[in-house]
Amino acid sequence: MGNQKSKETVKGNQTQAEASNLGGIQEAQRNWESSLRKTETKAPPRNVKFTTLSDMEVPLLSTPADLEAEGFDYLRDSGFPGEYPYTRGVQRNMYRGKLWTMRQFAGFASAEDTNKRFKLLLENGQTGLSTAFDMPTLMGYDADSPRGKGEVGKCGVSVSSIQDMEALFSGIPLGEVTTSMTINAPAIVVLAMYLAVAEGQGVPKEKVRGTLQNDILKEYIAQKEWIYPVVPAVGLVTDTIEYCTQHYPNWNTVSISGYHIREAGATAVQELAFTLADGLGYIDSCLARGMKIDDFAPRLSFFFDVHNDFFEEIAKFRAARRIWARLMKERYHAKDPKSWMLRTHAQTAGVSLTAQQPYNNIVRVTVQALAGILGGTNSLHTNSMDETLSLPTDDAVMIALRTQQIIAEESGVANVADPFGGSYFMEILTLRVEKAALDYIRKIDEMGGIIQAIEKGFPQAEIANSAYHFQRQLEAKEKVMVGVNKYKMNEAERKVDTLYIDRSVEEKQVQKLAQLRRSRSPQVHQEALRRVKESAQAGQNLMEPILGAVKAYATLQEICDTLRPVFGEYRESGNF
Amino acid sequence: MPNLTQNPSKIRVLVAKPGLDGHDRGAKVIARALRDAGFEVIYTGLHQTPEMIVNAAVQEDVQVIGLSILSGAHNALVPEIIDGLKKEGLNDALLVVGGIIPNEDIPELKKQGVHMVFTPGASLQEVVDYIRAHAPARA
Repeated sequence: MGNQKSKETVKGNQTQAEASNLGGIQEAQRNWESSLRKTETKAPPRNVKFTTLSDMEVPLLSTPADLEAEGFDYLRDSGFPGEYPYTRGVQRNMYRGKLWTMRQFAGFASAEDTNKRFKLLLENGQTGLSTAFDMPTLMGYDADSPRGKGEVGKCGVSVSSIQDMEALFSGIPLGEVTTSMTINAPAIVVLAMYLAVAEGQGVPKEKVRGTLQNDILKEYIAQKEWIYPVVPAVGLVTDTIEYCTQHYPNWNTVSISGYHIREAGATAVQELAFTLADGLGYIDSCLARGMKIDDFAPRLSFFFDVHNDFFEEIAKFRAARRIWARLMKERYHAKDPKSWMLRTHAQTAGVSLTAQQPYNNIVRVTVQALAGILGGTNSLHTNSMDETLSLPTDDAVMIALRTQQIIAEESGVANVADPFGGSYFMEILTLRVEKAALDYIRKIDEMGGIIQAIEKGFPQAEIANSAYHFQRQLEAKEKVMVGVNKYKMNEAERKVDTLYIDRSVEEKQVQKLAQLRRSRSPQVHQEALRRVKESAQAGQNLMEPILGAVKAYATLQEICDTLRPVFGEYRESGNF
Repeated sequence: MPNLTQNPSKIRVLVAKPGLDGHDRGAKVIARALRDAGFEVIYTGLHQTPEMIVNAAVQEDVQVIGLSILSGAHNALVPEIIDGLKKEGLNDALLVVGGIIPNEDIPELKKQGVHMVFTPGASLQEVVDYIRAHAPARA
């Protein structure tokens, strides 16, 4: 590229030769455009406007001249894989070294049932575990709580005590697998149970690897499984980051998640912006506690949705890495390249799947998975085609896993780093997604940060507006869902097997818990709970006291209930 | 007690989210569509027990109750809500359920007293039209 002298004399950083070449391209492009207009009088465009799924207008064609007009600079904006600003990926050799982690989210019924599904996935080539918990567990209720009636084991596995956690990972050496756990409001308690089980298996602390979702901010924004008000809840997240930074150096402390934000109706840009803003919220909280950025930032990871719009999704991943790297370096002055890198898991878009003609979902998942991989994700879950109907069956899960394996080992896409890099259109789209996300982040900064924005209801309202807008577009057939608003079929008998969780799971869990409550020592667990409460009142890090409580067989709900009077409970208004 | 500010010609609808599930995209979209269609809509917010929903239906004096359930807990939650409504004398209210409800569960829900079940892919217009056609007249 141009040296200092040519930069002064020629616009931007183009050399004289490049500039005159661009002039030639611009002229040729003008000629082409006038021919295009003639073509379009004979073959008019199918639509008035061509937009991405998120309603961002896209050009028919992009050229080097367009890219120049957007101010794109290769070294500054793109660079090389494994190097700042990581637009082209976080690894130098990308998937040639190591394929993305194929991590299928699983969890249903009892710990014993989920343990069997885990073993099935591991035997079939899956490389990491990912745990779904049921609604009562996610809200900090035990299986025998009246609040959880009818929901035990339905949308995930029920874990009320360390006994359930032991059964969940029975026969799985925790030093040899990486485990992801999708839980947020009571994440600190579930992490304590997991660490205690790993300790029981004799796994050294540095060999405990995995990811705790632990992203409470997106709960208020989108997923809505909360317990405490925002500020003390972020305090609990900060406790886990602080503790793991000191004791579990290879544990990913937070998986900052856009997935739920997108599924709740956000656009790609909103997903990106609110997720990164959540990340900044955790960083500010850790820094306020006196932690050093490079001590904890390398262990923050991300989790994005991969939706239907192929190019927009690839652009989103590329923009995400670039924005994060720059924020980390420029705003927080992080020095360690690991702090700059946005490492991410991705999951295909559950909300894009249709109950109608459900086999079509296999195709949607394939397209989405490909976008995630071409976007450079580090880990991927592919949805099962029957997930709009029920929890996935073994057969459907297997097709979803095989989809990834076919892309990885048959399609050839894993051989090349960032193959869309340098595409005029992709670079322009990446710049536009980046700019729109940065506008949102600026707005949130002006509100005082993400906590204040959430308390004002700002991201929530933006998402609700987008969800409603999209539904209206579907009904007007401005956006198409095959089988739903176009190409419908009469499907009197839907021939898809579904997995059914019956009430006996709940009864069994309740009995197991009653047995635990009878057999444990009341003094020991009550003393442990008292320590949790006193530490909370004193504003101390709660990780050690909670570890003590789970080892004393205090249950999830007992620990969460101990903190409710100290922290209060979150309530949302019924605005829509 | 009827709300004195309410417009007597408008159909009053309670949109409710029973259980612990936080997936409120559908409930909010439906609430807004019903409001745009000219109904008076009250949304309960999340994590409502059956008792809370029955109380809201009584207090808001609604003609229509729409339950949004995606968690699989419908067989446990819906009968409790129906019992509560009966105990409070709300026998005439139109009860509609929307969400992820397996086809094989629908006949039982209807037997219990649910008037209509809308599953994924139902359009906003269908829901609006159904409620307009079936909402009981105000006493």
